[in-house]
Amino acid sequence: MRHFLDSVARCRWALPALIAVGFAFVVACEYFPLLNDYSKIVLITVGINIILCSSLNLVNGYMGEFSVGHAGFMALGAYASALMTIKWLPASVFELPLGVLFGGTIAAAIGFLLALLSFKTRGDYLAIITLAFLMIVKSAIENINYVGGPRGMTPPVLTNLPWTFFWVVVTLWVIRNLIYSKFGRAITAIREDEIAANAMGVRIREAKILAFVTSSFFGGVAGALYAQVNFFIDPKSFDIVKSTEILVMVYLGGIASLGGSIIGAVIFTVLLQVLQPLGTWRMVILPLILVLLMLFRPRGIMGMRELTWFLPAGELFKRPKP
Amino acid sequence: MSALLEIDEVTKHFGGLCAISNCNVRIQAGSTHGIIGPNGAGKSTLFNLITGIYKPTRGDIRFRGESISGLRPGRIALKGIGRTFQSIRLLKTRTVLDNVRIAYDSQLHYSPLEAMLRLPRLGRDEEKSIEASLALLHPFGLADQAHDLAGDLPYGSQRKLEIARALALKPDILLLDEPAAGMNTGETADLVGFLRWVKDHFQVTLVLIEHHMHLVMSLCDRITVLDFGQTIAEGTPEEIRTNPRVIDAYLGGTEEE
Repeated sequence: MRHFLDSVARCRWALPALIAVGFAFVVACEYFPLLNDYSKIVLITVGINIILCSSLNLVNGYMGEFSVGHAGFMALGAYASALMTIKWLPASVFELPLGVLFGGTIAAAIGFLLALLSFKTRGDYLAIITLAFLMIVKSAIENINYVGGPRGMTPPVLTNLPWTFFWVVVTLWVIRNLIYSKFGRAITAIREDEIAANAMGVRIREAKILAFVTSSFFGGVAGALYAQVNFFIDPKSFDIVKSTEILVMVYLGGIASLGGSIIGAVIFTVLLQVLQPLGTWRMVILPLILVLLMLFRPRGIMGMRELTWFLPAGELFKRPKP
Repeated sequence: MSALLEIDEVTKHFGGLCAISNCNVRIQAGSTHGIIGPNGAGKSTLFNLITGIYKPTRGDIRFRGESISGLRPGRIALKGIGRTFQSIRLLKTRTVLDNVRIAYDSQLHYSPLEAMLRLPRLGRDEEKSIEASLALLHPFGLADQAHDLAGDLPYGSQRKLEIARALALKPDILLLDEPAAGMNTGETADLVGFLRWVKDHFQVTLVLIEHHMHLVMSLCDRITVLDFGQTIAEGTPEEIRTNPRVIDAYLGGTEEE
């Protein structure tokens, strides 16, 4: 059995095949009644959460900073894309792809500014800066009448399963490529020991900018997809609770692991749905799971390990230790 | 003749504490330069000033005649100043190979976009860097452990790996902060030969902070003695051995006698 699992893990065509089958399935769902609307919404939410979780993992897991501002990037992406789909490009063929790209770009631009701040400060202090950033974004949106202020906006429902699936694959592929490049090694070197990284000639600023910009870009993408699925967005949807949910997914699945981010996002989203009948009690059970996790498996389910499928061919000699 | 590395009238204050005051050191290209002094004399502070971890309060540090004080540590490392640390600073949860590879990465030139899209140049560059890193580890006797975690290596190998990692930057000058710390007499004797080999093989100028007098005296061409942040003597090992101020600093003042 172990041998079989091992050969599955080492199989190089399994992941591309799985992606192809998955894509065929989600496209089929659009044309045939394979899933009811509720299941579709749950799957889209799982997808959005995978994007959020893996992009936050880049900063919190791989780089070892503690950002609590991811919902802020999500808000920027959501509002930027909503402007696109409601006001600037309504009812065009490209409104969703352009809206998502625009949302990601706006979030990435602001993420760049946050990266500049991370040169000067880190750890707890940077966490407070990201918290302040989140508050600024929320109250800025609340006070701009053009985007509806506290009343929010009502973007059209455009996000569907194929688009979500597409963006999940793109997010994971790009982040994985970044991680297994010199930039990714620089990002993890910063987490391990910034002084040593300096002595190794690591371009610290470049690595920090890349981590923040990539992370916030995909945070914005997730926000854009989220905006076009719910019929309604308001500033309250992107508060510290939202950030906390993403953090829970990251630490549940495991830091510095893309496989972990997928597992964390799936478990969290599905549990939230399964525990629905418990009403308010689910907000007792979920944190309880988190407490137990931190006690018995502080690095999360997949912490610091990666699915062999995600390793590029050139890195396969690095078998993770059991 | 201008020296490879010039520390010119450098002063460093930490609040009210003066760690280094008006320090002058000239390090000639191709030499092995020892920096000795009692604990707290400011030796490690001097290394941290050279490598940009601290900025001098006053004074200037020049490398190849070009001022480097005020540059960020990463820039200084890339200009050709490698270093090791008194308390070993390896990336302990990365493999031995990765520790060297990350230092090699500064010589790879692919762009972030090429990395994110995994374009062909990346694959070629990565292959080259893995090969070069393994080739570097080989003479250090670390090639067999290349895929072990750096933190799992025995202490002596960790010291060697830290030196190998610094050499991956192809430095002109290598600063070693107490390379013999924690080694027994036999290991220290081996270290002399090892450091000579490093110097010849990699064509680097060595600067070492060390407490083992035997090692310093047998290895170094020139020695600078620091005490309370000031240079109290500089010269050949023979000159230092007989310098009365050095003997004072090490054996205590003569005023009690």
